[in-house]
Amino acid sequence: MADKHVDELSGVETTGHEWDGIRELNNPMPRWWVWTFYATILWAVGYAIAYPSIPLITDTTKGWLGYSSRAEFTAEVDSAATLQTTFLEQIAAKPVTEIDADPTLRTFAIAGGASAFKVNCSTCHGSGAAGGPGFPNLNDDDWLWGGNLDAIYHTIAHGIRDDSDADTHFSEMPAFAGVLEPEQIRETAAYVVSLTGTPSNPALVEAGKQLFVDNCASCHGEDAKGNREMGAPNLADAIWLKGKSEEAIIRQISTPRHGVMPAWTARLGDTTVKQLAIFVHSLGGGE
Amino acid sequence: MNYTFSTISLAVAAFLALLGAGMAHDSLFSAHMWVLFFVLLGSAIVMLGRVKFSPAGKTLPQHPPSEYFDDVVRYGVIATVFWGVVGFLVGVVIALQLAYPELNIAPYFNFGRMRPLHTSAVVFAFGGNALIATSFYVVQRTCRARLFGGSLGWFVFWGYQLFIVMAATGYLLGITQSREYAEPEWYVDIWLTIVWVAYLIAFLGTILKRKEPHIYVANWFYLAFIVTIAMLHVVNNLAVPVSFLGSRSYSLFSGVQDALTQWWYGHNAVGFFLTAGFLGMMYYFVPKQANRPVYSYRLSIIHFWALIFMYIWAGPHHLHYTALPDWAQTLGMVFSVMLWMPSWGGMINGLMTLSGAWDKIRTDPIIRMMIMAIAFYGMSTFEGPMMSIKAVNSLSHYTDWTIGHVHSGALGWVGMVTFGAIYHLTPKLWGRERLYSLRMVNWHFWLATLGIVVYAAVMWVAGIQQGLMWREYDSQGFLVYSFAETVAAMFPYYLLRAVGGALFLAGGLVMAWNVTMTILGYQRDEAPMPGAALAQPAE
Repeated sequence: MADKHVDELSGVETTGHEWDGIRELNNPMPRWWVWTFYATILWAVGYAIAYPSIPLITDTTKGWLGYSSRAEFTAEVDSAATLQTTFLEQIAAKPVTEIDADPTLRTFAIAGGASAFKVNCSTCHGSGAAGGPGFPNLNDDDWLWGGNLDAIYHTIAHGIRDDSDADTHFSEMPAFAGVLEPEQIRETAAYVVSLTGTPSNPALVEAGKQLFVDNCASCHGEDAKGNREMGAPNLADAIWLKGKSEEAIIRQISTPRHGVMPAWTARLGDTTVKQLAIFVHSLGGGE
Repeated sequence: MNYTFSTISLAVAAFLALLGAGMAHDSLFSAHMWVLFFVLLGSAIVMLGRVKFSPAGKTLPQHPPSEYFDDVVRYGVIATVFWGVVGFLVGVVIALQLAYPELNIAPYFNFGRMRPLHTSAVVFAFGGNALIATSFYVVQRTCRARLFGGSLGWFVFWGYQLFIVMAATGYLLGITQSREYAEPEWYVDIWLTIVWVAYLIAFLGTILKRKEPHIYVANWFYLAFIVTIAMLHVVNNLAVPVSFLGSRSYSLFSGVQDALTQWWYGHNAVGFFLTAGFLGMMYYFVPKQANRPVYSYRLSIIHFWALIFMYIWAGPHHLHYTALPDWAQTLGMVFSVMLWMPSWGGMINGLMTLSGAWDKIRTDPIIRMMIMAIAFYGMSTFEGPMMSIKAVNSLSHYTDWTIGHVHSGALGWVGMVTFGAIYHLTPKLWGRERLYSLRMVNWHFWLATLGIVVYAAVMWVAGIQQGLMWREYDSQGFLVYSFAETVAAMFPYYLLRAVGGALFLAGGLVMAWNVTMTILGYQRDEAPMPGAALAQPAE
């Protein structure tokens, strides 16, 4: 093979082979390339000695540094936990009102509550806690089950209509579809709509007034301002959890839908729930 | 050439597909078999039209056996351009779906089904057809031998198109085994295995009957690609079907072994499909287009063997900080770092092949395209080892940085080198004096380059911001951002990414037009490219 052949342009000898007109120069490998390659190999060997790298029959080499990603993870979690221990211990020991009264603890609890809220609550209540259809806005002062610290704490801890918790808020509004005639439901709805100053059919409103007193006032109150004891919403304000249109109200009277929230103590522990309560209370509507 | 055998085979296969549709174990398999039935029936009818019913003795072979088998390469070039445009288009659509979730049209056009459609269309349909077509072209010329196996080349080409159609329709129907880049279910996998073995036989057979004393470097890379992909494909897809007439199967592996098998496959699909295969392409088309010898034979030997040996171990770097044992993570990382120079060997050989002909970057837009491809190759093969380092990976993993990395490789390297090869091949294959328009190649070059730069830069920023937001703690030691907030923060980047993708797609459409007009025999009436004649700046 290899008849001597030199590339005219570069003056470099080729290997003498040719494929479809392509030749190959016999240039040496670039020095920097070779040395960098060696360097990465040396580094790899060193790294493999320093860290776990070779599988043995029942175990692996541990490496000079004795590194383990599990140990690294545990150490990071532990050191983060240590920083928070004193605060968390105090929060665990005190009732929410006392925590809220201590400025240092309060600041910590709000930060911790905000963090837990993002992970656990924002899915339904939104990352800004503004809620959405069916999920209450936590920034305003309209509270279904009470807006002081203890009430919020109780609601988060035991949830709403969570069968697994004996202390959960459980009350439900009856479905009036079988109790009232469709016409009566329309009249009641017209009256309810009129409470917020929204114009509605005056004849229906008038008829609905008595129906409301007979059927609804026991929970929602004569003045329709609701009752937090049983989570009956205030119907005299402009805040509507399940929709503000007359159709939505008719639907809700006929076959009410009821929101559900898990009892969070079982999932997150009491300390986190306390922080969540203080965070939610601090959002603006806390009483 | 008569088509009796292929026609009968297609008709029989169509009948079997019909039986499969009728006796299916589940409704998805039935739907998929109906798709197969209509595809095969249509093909059988087309073939029937080509059968000649004259006495067998009179038919003469259309091609003397000495001539190169280029028909299949022509079809391959067309398929590459077609699937390329399809793949880029689906990419732009899913980029917009991420920015505007309303664009998800359930259930067939959800992101979850469109995403594998995009990755498979680009990697396997566009990239695969490019590799099959160019390997058939290159192996014949560098071996000075007609493709081995008679019409085996046709079986490989059409069999591969059938694989693509079955994979794509399966994704949209919701048939998937949920293995990244290996989503098709067991029966499509078996079909691909058959096609791939035929491909290996055709390629290896041609090398064995070569008339050149030595095997050219491009063929080493192509062969490494074909052999390794066969091994990866078979092992990664080992599974037990629920029913032989059903669309579900269970992987033979479970837990972290399964994860490692998947990434051993996934990483080496990048290594041997998108790197080794396209290096084969580069080693033929760059010296050919530049009309210069390859820079260093020694470098090509060393970097070839180093690349082949190192790549196969690097997969575990996809599983840093997971249940994968530490020792495997260590090995995955150090092999990735050692892979840096073997990868760059190809870049050096590609770039330095132009030494003595650097002016061609200015005068020849096709060379410019190839050089940009090699530059992106060098960039992403540096970025890859860097991202495999655990400290970097703890920030970059699961972020859009990874998506950016993949695309600077796929759009920049794979895309650009394929475009260069297509522009080189088209006039030669159809016997045209030149391309329809060199200026349009230049337009394509700039649209594609701008698209990649926008895409990659936006994804770097997005990915790093994402990683930093995920790990952001406040002074009290609490996480600062909810996951939804980090998603919302990505909106402007996702929008810009779609713009980058649209530019790249626009370049692809310009190429499709240019290639079509070249094939049809037109030449655009245009001023010659500024270059050799204008060596002095105009001012």
